[in-house]
Amino acid sequence: MDLLQLAIKTGIYTLMAGTLVFALGVVMLKNLFHAALSLAAVLIGTAILYLVFHAEFMAAAQILLYVGAVITVIIFAIMLTEHIAERSIIQRNKQSLPALLGVLALLVLIGKVLLKTPWPVNPSTLDARVSVSDLGVALMGAYVFPFEVISILLVGALIGAVVIARKDSRP
Amino acid sequence: MNLIPLNHILIFSLALFGIGIYGILTRRNIIGILISIELVLNAANINLIAFSKTTSLSPETGLVFVLFVIAIAAITVAVGLAIVLALYRSRKTIFADEVHLLKW
Amino acid sequence: MDQLFVNLKAWFLNLLGLFLPDWLVMLASIVVSGVVILCLGPFIMMYLTLLERKVIGRIQNRYGPNRVGPWGLLQPVADGIKMFTKEDIIPAYGDKLIHLLAPIVIVVPALMVFLVVPFGRNMTAVDLSIGALYFLAISSITTFPIFMGSWASRNKYSMLAGMRTAAQMVSYEIPMTLAIVPVIMMSQSLSTGAIVAAQNGLKWFVFTPWGLVGFLIFFFCAIVECNRPPFDLPEAESELIAGFHTEYSGMKFAFFYMAEYMNAFTLAAIAVTLFLGGWQGPLFPSWLWFFGKTFALIFMMIWFRGTFPRFRVDQLMGFAWKFLLPMTLVNILVTGFWHFNPGAVGWGVSGAVLVGFFFAITALNRPFVPEKRIYELAE
Repeated sequence: MDLLQLAIKTGIYTLMAGTLVFALGVVMLKNLFHAALSLAAVLIGTAILYLVFHAEFMAAAQILLYVGAVITVIIFAIMLTEHIAERSIIQRNKQSLPALLGVLALLVLIGKVLLKTPWPVNPSTLDARVSVSDLGVALMGAYVFPFEVISILLVGALIGAVVIARKDSRP
Repeated sequence: MNLIPLNHILIFSLALFGIGIYGILTRRNIIGILISIELVLNAANINLIAFSKTTSLSPETGLVFVLFVIAIAAITVAVGLAIVLALYRSRKTIFADEVHLLKW
Repeated sequence: MDQLFVNLKAWFLNLLGLFLPDWLVMLASIVVSGVVILCLGPFIMMYLTLLERKVIGRIQNRYGPNRVGPWGLLQPVADGIKMFTKEDIIPAYGDKLIHLLAPIVIVVPALMVFLVVPFGRNMTAVDLSIGALYFLAISSITTFPIFMGSWASRNKYSMLAGMRTAAQMVSYEIPMTLAIVPVIMMSQSLSTGAIVAAQNGLKWFVFTPWGLVGFLIFFFCAIVECNRPPFDLPEAESELIAGFHTEYSGMKFAFFYMAEYMNAFTLAAIAVTLFLGGWQGPLFPSWLWFFGKTFALIFMMIWFRGTFPRFRVDQLMGFAWKFLLPMTLVNILVTGFWHFNPGAVGWGVSGAVLVGFFFAITALNRPFVPEKRIYELAE
């Protein structure tokens, strides 16, 4: 199966490279709509990458939540604030060069630390396949408190977003 | 997962994180800043899944955490865009450097 | 007879296995499944357009198209030739790349859902362990190319239609997802093969109180997701010219058209799988039962198109958020109660709670329904 493994490996590396190219598109494209579309491509690429780790539920949840809902909200906001952003102006502010140097320094530092650390790979976890029912049991068992807190957070965010974005209809 | 060594995935998510931080620091449009925040959160998600698959003691911890991060990212975007809409309605601008009334 | 197609494919792969190495036969099996789906999708779509025109014609007391072949059977071929040879017009100030990408991005998810549909016994293309969630995720990508198409056209009416469509599709995804939850609870698995197997014999989910309510909610949400009348505000000809695909012509319009009909078929197929028992049925081969049930549901969709007037956009949103969503939540609770109390108590109390809650919600919504306008005729 060497040919098959080689083909799969090439596919995964191409996927990672493509996702990085689209991520560069997100931060550098002048037209905001194109940047939102590149974000959708990055999110779909990340979802496919989750499949490599045998986390299929996460891949489907990522596509359902991020690409189905978050991108829709972002594009709604872009369309509602459209005519301002149509001016073809520079999208980078004056801090672009120091930001680039700072980010590169940060990346090099973290990268060095990362490559030197001996990560303790646990062979029993490598072979474990988490099924959806395991996730459900974990969510209702060990992690029930964060689950309830996040539902309260979601309700609060929903109400807050509606209140902030409402038109002021005071006479 | 035996196909790709752990270090390569970590370098990939580090690169995604760095691109996201660069976007947050340099974008003028507020919606552009919000979508760069999405990139950073996605890099964190990839890290969580990679570690939950290889080095964790209970394999479903990382996945549950990822669900919560996705939910919080959606909340961030929703409230952030509500603020952008309110700002657009009162100041008619969505550029971060034109909202400087409180500066010294 | 039941396993006709499975045996055909096995025979073909055996034939190939005589003179090809092992991994190539595996690849050939994937290619055969893919080719069958890629041919089946557009073929079904073509004859679905003909079926719709004939049925709507009969509802409106006229024949449908009947000139092109016997009973108009070659009409889709004529339509296809027309679409291929029309001039492709692109708006001058539009965004050309996105204008090109939108039809492509809308057709690919419509085809991808065919992978998890169980067409018969052992006839699912890929029996994923997360089949139902995969279907939901892939059909939620469809809102996105509608935005792309309406934005790239640089047309006020297209943009209005695109925003209305996106709001409609996102609002109706939530009752659709929640209506599936009782089915998953009862069959203990997300895979479509397991869901159909849990309804063996005649124990289809639609014959239970929560299954009936869930099926009705899912069916309405499915009609909305395909932008079919009476929920076709995005393409309302009398209001928005043609909605988000105004500026498309020729093959690109054909792709939008194809995606809409394939979505209709896929959603009907998934409704049959989840609620109506999939391919289960007594006498006939399993794939015959499946296609019969799916086409019965599609006939109902076409019947709705010919009968009901269009919803207004605020009525549409109110219907989703204020009526369907509470019904789905109560449905989930009732399912749990029904599961733990088998027998007459379970059935009676579930039915009573669902019917009572329906009347309660309708009564609670009555102050918010916009009042009817009174038209005064000039004398």
